[in-house]
Amino acid sequence: MTPEAVEALAARIPDGARLALPPDNSLPSLALVKALIRRRARGLRLIGVPVSGFATELLIGAGCAVEVETSAVSLGEAGFAPRFAAALRDGRLTIRDATCPAMHTMLQAAEKGVPFMPLRGLIGSDILAHRPDWRVINNPLAPEEGDPIVLLPALRPDVAIFHAVLADHEGNVWVGRRRECATLAHAARDTVVTVERLHPGNLLEDERLAPGTISATYISGIAVAEHGAHPVALLDEYGADDGYVAAYARAAKTEAGFGDWLAEHVLAAEHTPLELAP
Amino acid sequence: MTDGAIRPEERLAAVLARLILDPTAPPAHHIAVGAASPIPAAACWLVRKSGHSVRLSLLHKRSGNPFTEGTRELFDLTGQGRIDLFFLGGGQIDGEANINLIGTGAWPGGSAQGEVRFPGSFGSAFMYLMTPRTILFREEHSPRVLVPRVEHVSAPGVSAPGVFRRGTAQALVTGKGVFRFDAARARFTLDSAHPGEDAASLRAATGFEYDEPEALPATPDPTPDELALLRGPVCDEMLETYPEFCARVFNRRQAA
Repeated sequence: MTPEAVEALAARIPDGARLALPPDNSLPSLALVKALIRRRARGLRLIGVPVSGFATELLIGAGCAVEVETSAVSLGEAGFAPRFAAALRDGRLTIRDATCPAMHTMLQAAEKGVPFMPLRGLIGSDILAHRPDWRVINNPLAPEEGDPIVLLPALRPDVAIFHAVLADHEGNVWVGRRRECATLAHAARDTVVTVERLHPGNLLEDERLAPGTISATYISGIAVAEHGAHPVALLDEYGADDGYVAAYARAAKTEAGFGDWLAEHVLAAEHTPLELAP
Repeated sequence: MTDGAIRPEERLAAVLARLILDPTAPPAHHIAVGAASPIPAAACWLVRKSGHSVRLSLLHKRSGNPFTEGTRELFDLTGQGRIDLFFLGGGQIDGEANINLIGTGAWPGGSAQGEVRFPGSFGSAFMYLMTPRTILFREEHSPRVLVPRVEHVSAPGVSAPGVFRRGTAQALVTGKGVFRFDAARARFTLDSAHPGEDAASLRAATGFEYDEPEALPATPDPTPDELALLRGPVCDEMLETYPEFCARVFNRRQAA
């Protein structure tokens, strides 16, 4: 698999796609999200696996997303996500509230190719009351009637994106213990990945690296993006840039402040590859 | 903190540690602590550093992540009943121990008229029902947080008969006091007031109805041993994950 430019990967994610993203503790690709903003993606329906962080906040602020299905949207220590809150308040965004294990379970149903999976809990939560696609049945295997349990439909994202540490020449990518990225790749129709660097050997031929590797079977595009998770931490490669997120949260309190931040950190000429410059 | 005075955070950590070790509650062999929870994390470390063998899964500790199957492993463990204790908070908490992490105003919360959207429910709708006990913790103790009835239920405090549920709230700990929860009656009883508070001030700051004893005890101070553990080995464990908390509460900074 030949690595592509980050902008080329972004160009392959169509407007209106159901786009799944991991949260700030599990390898989001901020490099690819910024490229989506530069290509002015529109109508994206975001999926937080299982919650949403900085990447989702940026896509919403930049007007790229119309919907988010997630268990929470937060900037962690930097507090509430200001552009998410504003978009919801102004009616520009639909949120489909979920709860973390439900997101995982719906993706696991998709990776198994079954139409639904059951999950305990949830009964009595208003989340369930607002999810007509989630159903309650009586456990058909219980010896007696009356053990209600929730059925969750399989969730198959159109595209999954994340930032791995390594990719090899076969297109295998290494995410270490962040196995929710593997579940996500198994469940999604397409998975495109940015990576920190290329690995000279075959990841699947190394017994120590293979358990943290996602097979190229599931990967449809790769780009190298050094520090592609920044300002989020990447395993033991680099830490979070908390100051950067805090500065963002202050700037993005207003629409104008967000616009200035976006112009400086995402849209400015030095972020745009030469071949795509106007 | 050079004068050795007890910090409110230290008192809360000691209160939570005593609740964790409560001999009348189901045993806590494996405790999980979610994101942005430095005081519950300090309480768990205090239990551990006091010599009790307890397994801690601290979900936002950058090193020492116990899970190799992604975050779903926490929920799978909890689904089996292998996590004994969890902590939850709430933008709103009511007298039946329902928690609201969704928001105020019409679903899904937030409006131009001042209603607020909270971040979301995280794993609460599952964890609250599937964990044998939950300690509710919220530092802000005000009528805006402790309400007669939450506007949206992220996770219910009690469930209808026949609904599978392993446990519910053991207690609610705030910056002003401690309540115990009786699931059979779906009602809190005030247990103690922190220094500077009394029955009347707590009643005024609480939006929901609850019971209280005729004589309300004061929340005990942390013992000298507990304080020494919090300021020494507990802080050592927390420096990497919660540097700002350790600097503020323990006046300790990570070595460069």
